[in-house]
Amino acid sequence: MRRNPRDNEESARTVSRRGLLLGTLQGVFVGVLAFRMRYMQVDQADEFRTLAEENRINIRLVPPVRGLIYDREGRLVAGNEQNYRIVITREDAGDVEMVLRRLATLMPLDEDEIAATVAEAARRSPNLPITVADRVAWEDFARVAVNAPALPGVTTEMGLSRIYPMGPDFAHVVGYVGPVSDYDLSKIEEPDPVLRIPRFQIGKVGIEARMEDLLRGKAGTRRIEVNSSGRIMRELDRQEGDPGATVQLTIDLQLQNYVQARLGTESAAAVVMDVATGDLLAVVSSPSFDPNKFVRGISTADYAVLTEDDHRPLADKTVQGLYPPGSTFKMVTALAALEAGLLDPEERIWCGGFTELGDRRFHCWKPGGHGRMGLIDSIGQSCDVYYYEIAQRVGIERISEMGRRLGLGMRHDLPMSAVAEGLMPTKDWKLDRRGSEWLIGDTLNAAIGQGFVLTSPMQLAVMSARLATGRAVAPRLVKSLDGIETPIPPAPALGLDPRHLDLVRRGMLAGVMDRDGTAWSSRVVEETLRVAGKTGTSQVRNITAAERERGVTANEDLPWERRDHALYVCFGPWDAPRIAVSIVVEHGGGGSLAAAPIGRDVILYALSGGMPPLSAYPDSQRNRIDSERRALELFDPDAPGTGRSRA
Amino acid sequence: MSYLEYNVKTVPSGLRKVLFLNWPVVLLLSACAAVGFLMLTSVAGGRTELWAEPQMKRFAAGMAAMFVVAMVPIWFWRNLSALAYAVSLMLLVAVEFFGAIGMGAQRWIDIGPLRLQPSELMKVALVMLLAAYYDWLDIRKVSRPLWVAIPALLILVPTFLVLKQPDLGTAILIVAGGGIVMFAAGVSLWYFGTILAAGAGLIVAVFQSRGTDWQLLADYQYRRIDTFLDPSSDPLGAGYNITQAQIALGSGGWTGKGFMQGTQSRLNFLPEKHTDFIFTTLAEEFGFLGGVSLLSLYALIVGFCVVAALGMRDRFSALLTYGIAGNFFLYFAVNMSMVMGLMPVVGVPLPLVSYGGTAMMILLLSFGLMQSAHVHRPR
Repeated sequence: MRRNPRDNEESARTVSRRGLLLGTLQGVFVGVLAFRMRYMQVDQADEFRTLAEENRINIRLVPPVRGLIYDREGRLVAGNEQNYRIVITREDAGDVEMVLRRLATLMPLDEDEIAATVAEAARRSPNLPITVADRVAWEDFARVAVNAPALPGVTTEMGLSRIYPMGPDFAHVVGYVGPVSDYDLSKIEEPDPVLRIPRFQIGKVGIEARMEDLLRGKAGTRRIEVNSSGRIMRELDRQEGDPGATVQLTIDLQLQNYVQARLGTESAAAVVMDVATGDLLAVVSSPSFDPNKFVRGISTADYAVLTEDDHRPLADKTVQGLYPPGSTFKMVTALAALEAGLLDPEERIWCGGFTELGDRRFHCWKPGGHGRMGLIDSIGQSCDVYYYEIAQRVGIERISEMGRRLGLGMRHDLPMSAVAEGLMPTKDWKLDRRGSEWLIGDTLNAAIGQGFVLTSPMQLAVMSARLATGRAVAPRLVKSLDGIETPIPPAPALGLDPRHLDLVRRGMLAGVMDRDGTAWSSRVVEETLRVAGKTGTSQVRNITAAERERGVTANEDLPWERRDHALYVCFGPWDAPRIAVSIVVEHGGGGSLAAAPIGRDVILYALSGGMPPLSAYPDSQRNRIDSERRALELFDPDAPGTGRSRA
Repeated sequence: MSYLEYNVKTVPSGLRKVLFLNWPVVLLLSACAAVGFLMLTSVAGGRTELWAEPQMKRFAAGMAAMFVVAMVPIWFWRNLSALAYAVSLMLLVAVEFFGAIGMGAQRWIDIGPLRLQPSELMKVALVMLLAAYYDWLDIRKVSRPLWVAIPALLILVPTFLVLKQPDLGTAILIVAGGGIVMFAAGVSLWYFGTILAAGAGLIVAVFQSRGTDWQLLADYQYRRIDTFLDPSSDPLGAGYNITQAQIALGSGGWTGKGFMQGTQSRLNFLPEKHTDFIFTTLAEEFGFLGGVSLLSLYALIVGFCVVAALGMRDRFSALLTYGIAGNFFLYFAVNMSMVMGLMPVVGVPLPLVSYGGTAMMILLLSFGLMQSAHVHRPR
């Protein structure tokens, strides 16, 4: 396109005019900048120089005191202890290694530690203090402090450090703290400056991590005067920060300690719940570990021991472990059938030892069969065939729906790490996730808590609490925050027919109190402490037809990791329930042998508020129970400071 | 005048072009970069291998690229304007999806060993496209609403994408850079007046919206504004940077504390001392004289560009040069205002001095365009 030359002349003039205007405006702004610079650097120079020069005032953070954690009775679960530290600043030390060697003559410091500190000092910014030794004995600390003039760059510091007086008992629930890592920082959008303090401790797992923001508190500041080499001359003023919130757990320390001891070295989980409030009185995963080791910085060797253990001590099995619930799921199936009106409570179903479905045989655990079974006996004696029959009537959708109503297959809102959801399978789920149609055989397996059904011990405890009360009890782990009671989650009625619930409860009672009940050997004879319970044994392997021919191999003859999981859920007292308990013993063998005895001991302890009277146990068992008790190493509340965790 | 009307014979050809470069600008750019090397050495405590050396290598590469760009006739670059804009826009969209997350914002993409920040590229491409647009547009239509809406849209699309990253600083620079070209092209001053008034209204809205449901900025952005208005309100958190930067700057005095003698920077009170806050170290160690010298170098570069543009009768070349000089001006003006407490902290580097690869490379490339316009101007 050609334009007439006049246009171009005009346009060139416009652009030039505007260009000049632009240049002028830019020039003016440069003038403003220069003027501002002069103002700051010449007129205000003295003021700024005072701030920067000899009396450089420096503001340092004062780490806040981390919030304490108590049990429901106000006994300390996580506290802070005075900790003496030796730190070194590269900038002031000059030759770090030489200074450290001199330091080694005053306190125990081995070659590895020196090498590690030298390496860390080289990596970090020169003015950041680096911890040389943590938890130094008072004598060494004092000796270093006195000799400070001969140790350039070395300073002694006092600080608070986390301590867990109950050692392993609360390792999973409360978790532990550790130094802030780069990974931790990367997860936080705008990290609190306090996190950049070297060795500042942050919650890593459990309550410590989930309630980190509340527990951490707010840092204070202190204004200090530093000389030109950065050495602190004096403190000008100090503004204390706010300590973190005090957290009171619903856990009962004594019960927790007892349950942990009772589970012993088994790979197991136990949850004890108050059925009225949902308060978790004990949440125990076994084996456990000493969280104090993590606070101090666990050695690679110790850590390897924990990670390589096939009993998985680091996992919190109460919420992270998912297990097929086995026969403890039968109450769900029974209620689903009753509520759907597809099961007459009076009806009798014949158990001949197996159900045939197409060309497949679904076996009852009792080889010869139970004969004619009613609802209550089917729970008490845990007849599988009875449930194969009713499962075909109700179908998987209603069973899973009932499971969710009772608190299974869902994530309860708890401040715990990695809470697993579990699974109440449906047809859609299988099609979606497995890519295949739901088979009627899947329903039969699910009806007895096998197959796709997965639950955590926490969910099983919620289930027994809901069965006991008929209300949607929800678990609560934090009783109060800074003295303010946390609200008890509302527990609306489940909307189940009370007669149906009563039948199921009677079935559970029969399981414990009937001579034929699967938990008969774990019965309670004390009238007021009567417990209703249900055992479960969940297979972790398939039993082939050939094996069944030969006779199923006994659990004791199998390698540990192929044995069945043992489960037990119970509540008590049976007629006026206060406590619900769930127990899972991984690869423990049968539920009645491995889980029910533990469940009985735990619920009796919880109901009695201490060691239950021996009279609660059947005559024939009292001697054995008594000697078992004596073998337990329990925390003695009357002798504080002598707890086994005080290393 | 369109490039078709150039009398090509009067344009120098071959290596003779080198003689016709705008040498004062080349020398001034090198002088600024030299100041950069010096300061990067100082903040590294005398070690050159940490920042100064990589910076020198990049500067050498950037200079070479600048010469290459300058040798290619300006009409070739003009024809690439739309393509450059389209590619930059695509990269900005791509960064939304594949961008690396750095400092809480998605800003760059990795292409092999190259770390590309598309928003930097966009600043140049936008100036090119706007210059080409006004070169094509009839002068009498410049202020008509429709013909104003088109460049406004060309500016706002990338701005929106950059805001999403989120990178407020760069977004402001893009808008301002585009605005400078429109201003130079002769768009009616009423538009600019209206925009300024609307901007003032927006600022009021931003403050009013705080804490309500329709809050316009992110919380961290409000905190930055708070600390700008009163750095001492949070001396350890967000205000730390500003307070320490001002102490360093102010304590420099007339002549400064001497090379590598800056106590503020030596004791590491200064944040980001090798990137956005490097000017504070210069001001601390070389004082007012040092600071003003650098400022003068910058002002001279802009000045030479303006003078060169006045001599360009081709509208594209002139507008391009104003735009490039304008971008350069915005860089140092915003950065210096920020460290001197005249403006809230937004992440803008000090051109040619701050440590950083892409920004400098693209800056030098854009000066290559300006040189090409200068060399190939009709005589």
